[in-house]
Amino acid sequence: MSKYVIIGNSAAAIGCVEGIRSVDSTGDITIVSSEEHHVYSRPLISYLLQKKTDLKRMKYRPESFYDENHCDIIYKNTAASIDPEKKSVYLSTGRSLSYEKLLVAVGSSPFIPPMAGLESVPKRFAFSCLDDALALEKALTPTSRVLIIGAGLIGLKCAEGISGMAGSITIVDMSPRVLSSILDEDSSKIVQQHLEEHGLKLILSDSVDSFAGGRAILKSGQSVDFDILVTAVGVRANISLVKDAGGECGRGITIDSSCKTSLPEVYAAGDCTESVDVVTGQTRVMALLPNAYMQGYCAGRSMAGDAEAGFTNAMPMNSIGLFGLHIMTAGSYEGETYDSYDNGFKRLFYKDNRLVGFIIAGDTSKTGIYTSLIRNRVPLDTIDFPLICERPTLMAFSKETRKEFLGCAR
Amino acid sequence: MPINFLCPEYEVVRDYDRCIACRVCERQCANNVHSLIKESGKMFADSSKCVVCHRCVSLCPTRALKIVKSDHSFRQNANWSAKAITEIYKQADSGGVLLSSMGNPEAYPNYFDRLLINASQVTNPSIDPLREPMETSVFLGKKPTELVRDENGRLQNNLAPQLHLNVPVMFSAMSYGSISYNAHESLARAAEALGIYYNTGEGGLHEDFYKYGRNTIVQVASGRFGVHKAFLESGAAIEIKMGQGAKPGIGGHLPGAKIVGDVSRTRMIPEGGDAISPAPHHDIYSIEDLRQLVYSLKEATEYKKPVIVKIAAVHNVSAIASGIARSGADIIAIDGFRGGTGAAPTRIRDNVGIPIELALASVDKRLRDEGIRDEVSLVCAGSIRSSADVVKAVALGADAVYIGTAALLALGCHLCRNCQSGKCNWGIATQDSQLTKRLNPDIGCKRLINLVSAWDHEIKEMMGGMGINSIEALRGNRLMLRGIGMTEKELEILGVRHAGE
Amino acid sequence: MKRVYVNENWCLACHLCEYYCAFANSGGHDMATALKGVKLHPRISVEEKDLVSFAVSCRHCQEPLCVKSCITGALTKTDGLISIDRDKCVGCQTCVLVCPYGAISPAEDGVMQKCELCTKNGCEPRCVQGCPNAAIVYEER
Repeated sequence: MSKYVIIGNSAAAIGCVEGIRSVDSTGDITIVSSEEHHVYSRPLISYLLQKKTDLKRMKYRPESFYDENHCDIIYKNTAASIDPEKKSVYLSTGRSLSYEKLLVAVGSSPFIPPMAGLESVPKRFAFSCLDDALALEKALTPTSRVLIIGAGLIGLKCAEGISGMAGSITIVDMSPRVLSSILDEDSSKIVQQHLEEHGLKLILSDSVDSFAGGRAILKSGQSVDFDILVTAVGVRANISLVKDAGGECGRGITIDSSCKTSLPEVYAAGDCTESVDVVTGQTRVMALLPNAYMQGYCAGRSMAGDAEAGFTNAMPMNSIGLFGLHIMTAGSYEGETYDSYDNGFKRLFYKDNRLVGFIIAGDTSKTGIYTSLIRNRVPLDTIDFPLICERPTLMAFSKETRKEFLGCAR
Repeated sequence: MPINFLCPEYEVVRDYDRCIACRVCERQCANNVHSLIKESGKMFADSSKCVVCHRCVSLCPTRALKIVKSDHSFRQNANWSAKAITEIYKQADSGGVLLSSMGNPEAYPNYFDRLLINASQVTNPSIDPLREPMETSVFLGKKPTELVRDENGRLQNNLAPQLHLNVPVMFSAMSYGSISYNAHESLARAAEALGIYYNTGEGGLHEDFYKYGRNTIVQVASGRFGVHKAFLESGAAIEIKMGQGAKPGIGGHLPGAKIVGDVSRTRMIPEGGDAISPAPHHDIYSIEDLRQLVYSLKEATEYKKPVIVKIAAVHNVSAIASGIARSGADIIAIDGFRGGTGAAPTRIRDNVGIPIELALASVDKRLRDEGIRDEVSLVCAGSIRSSADVVKAVALGADAVYIGTAALLALGCHLCRNCQSGKCNWGIATQDSQLTKRLNPDIGCKRLINLVSAWDHEIKEMMGGMGINSIEALRGNRLMLRGIGMTEKELEILGVRHAGE
Repeated sequence: MKRVYVNENWCLACHLCEYYCAFANSGGHDMATALKGVKLHPRISVEEKDLVSFAVSCRHCQEPLCVKSCITGALTKTDGLISIDRDKCVGCQTCVLVCPYGAISPAEDGVMQKCELCTKNGCEPRCVQGCPNAAIVYEER
């Protein structure tokens, strides 16, 4: 029996290990990984194709991580079910593991909408894990015509990743905008233009009706010929493991501020969960690596007995670079706005004396100052608001606050 | 107008191979000498605005700058020097009195440089100050001439109030206003750490600095600026300023532009108004009048504090000092003609007064001759440049010295002598907040402590060499000095023999 | 642990810290040759407005959001020092998005860089040494 069992082997799992070890340096930890890779960073798969990283460098933690943290790792295994009564997890191989504390960090799975004839497409890929990327890379030739379904974060990062390796790239999205989940209309136009300048063919407000061999027939009647298909429409949280065991779930696994599920001694963290967005107060799935790590870390500390552990300021945020254009977004897009087109695009959203969100494309320097205003719910009347609208700067804070920032250990 | 063009005396020389156009020179120059030429990306310097303060040279991270004396010259003339000619041009242009600052820069004889110190050989042993006790602390104040016992035969304390100095060096009077808050803080903190004293000058005492009162000498001068009961009570001693070496016979003038904020509050005068200190104290026309002020101040402070009377070194200084010694003063401070100032008429600074070496020797001799040397302590000022000057001054009769210019140099002053402009690039002689912040008192205080501690070590080395182990034993000990290259008369006044004698 | 602290009361906005930083991290031996004609990418930057100025560099937070958010594991914290493995960094700028002080920025090559207290330069922080007014100090607090 292992004191701690962690199902999953990505950011939330690693956060959990580090969280446990910050409190308990000896308790046994067993990690169950569905893949057979050492822990790597999922978002890096597009950078891998771009050759900005490689298999060795994309490891999320050093080779010695499991040894140094005294973790047993079981590769190529998934958890089939949890018995919270017996405090046991049953693996797909039939093996069972008993635990004192369990973390479910099983992430999300690509969601593929029904499209007639999809099964008949021979070169068809998802783009969410390393094996997907390696398989895609293998299939690509310099003349490949690639069709990507989905102009969201995954689809566009995939497009960037393969842009130097494919003949042409066409992206279809049913939304009228690119990155519709994180950009508003004005900013998506800027990004769209940038993408088109870099050779991407974007077909928006349209979707694939059916496939016929190497041809996709769109709802509009238009058709796209392709050699390789990538589906990147979206992901769904993997909730069944907890749900089947009787745990509470919404769109993601329900957790409290210490990352505990409704099942006793079962915690959950990362893309499979839903949590409270500090900006809106609403519960939602925020599938972001920083949140996953911080939830995992919080869960780990909590599992190891730190009653104070809590992660209460999760918020949606994204930093994405596409063909040299950096885009950062955070929070929610409501309330009044401040716009600037001086160095690219900047739109700040503020409401009830708080900054609640922003969309920045182009000059992203010091953007974290905006993020912290949102995360820490800083009342705007305590800072120089016109100045901070103009540029993110610590100068906008009071002299006392600046002294705290720069003259004290933080 | 071409007729008033004066070719810059100094030139800013930039090594363009080393200049990286970081613009620190531009940002640090309050005189706008440096600027970036946008088109070429190169820095440009307008030497005509340069005051030779070396701020840019010191901060240039690539050592790309130097300031050199221009070789531009008038036709050679031993009588009409370039200085004489340009001063005529300036006055013909402005119609005004020429103003200068810091001490007299002219090439008058310097007697400290013509005095040599003795050392022991064979017949009397020298002392190693690292192994043997060596006393550099002194007490300033009136010394009792006899022991007094009560009816039971017990010794009575008849000692007048004294100042105790760990080193016979004090920071001389520089007012808050003429120098910055940060300069004052540096002096006050250093005085406290060193166990010596600094002097408020005639500007009152900023409320923040009352806590350094035990190491503060508060000054009362002809304008009476900033003088009130709490002020008098806050210090360890009170100094009546009768005169200043840099400008004997005239008063002071702090322009209204510097009377701002705390300076105005501390001086107790309205913002923006000029602070004029009259040439004389209007209530002092005789030694008897002086005595009244001395005793008024003693009365006000319950006879707990020594009173210092400071005068400029002038022609009949020994007679004046004799009078002061009889006025009830505990300490006489004499300021020689090379002493510094924040602003003085050039002609006064460069032509009035006498060297401190001669004044000191003559005063010490006069007071001894009259048997009243113990009535007062003597503090000398007016360009004490090194620990050797301190030793020589003590041997000529001083109990301690005041340093002003040397202290400012420690704080960063580069003797550009433009204090009167109020744009001191080193943050000392200015009230511009963007300039005053350049002097961080943490650094200033440390540097002053370093300087005085270093001098203390050197004084001990020199005393040890002479086989002398206390300042007491060196004071007025002219046998420890020999003159070199001096006339009989000069030797006679100094009371020393010629080298070789 | 010793950290870099900034006191804006003494900052002169001379920007020397930026130059000393860029020089220290240039690997050169002489500032003039190392920085001449070079676009600076210092890891400390001076913020200025009206009469106020101060330098900002990494605060080496006890709970570093940048380390927690780094998608590659390039940012790590060891013995209180937050450093970046520039070989691992892919320049996604998530750290820029989360750093509350604006203390991380890209270098010329787009890979992120940050103050590492000159630990890789074998000296005490050069910004501190180069500050003419002790507005930047390196000490235990």
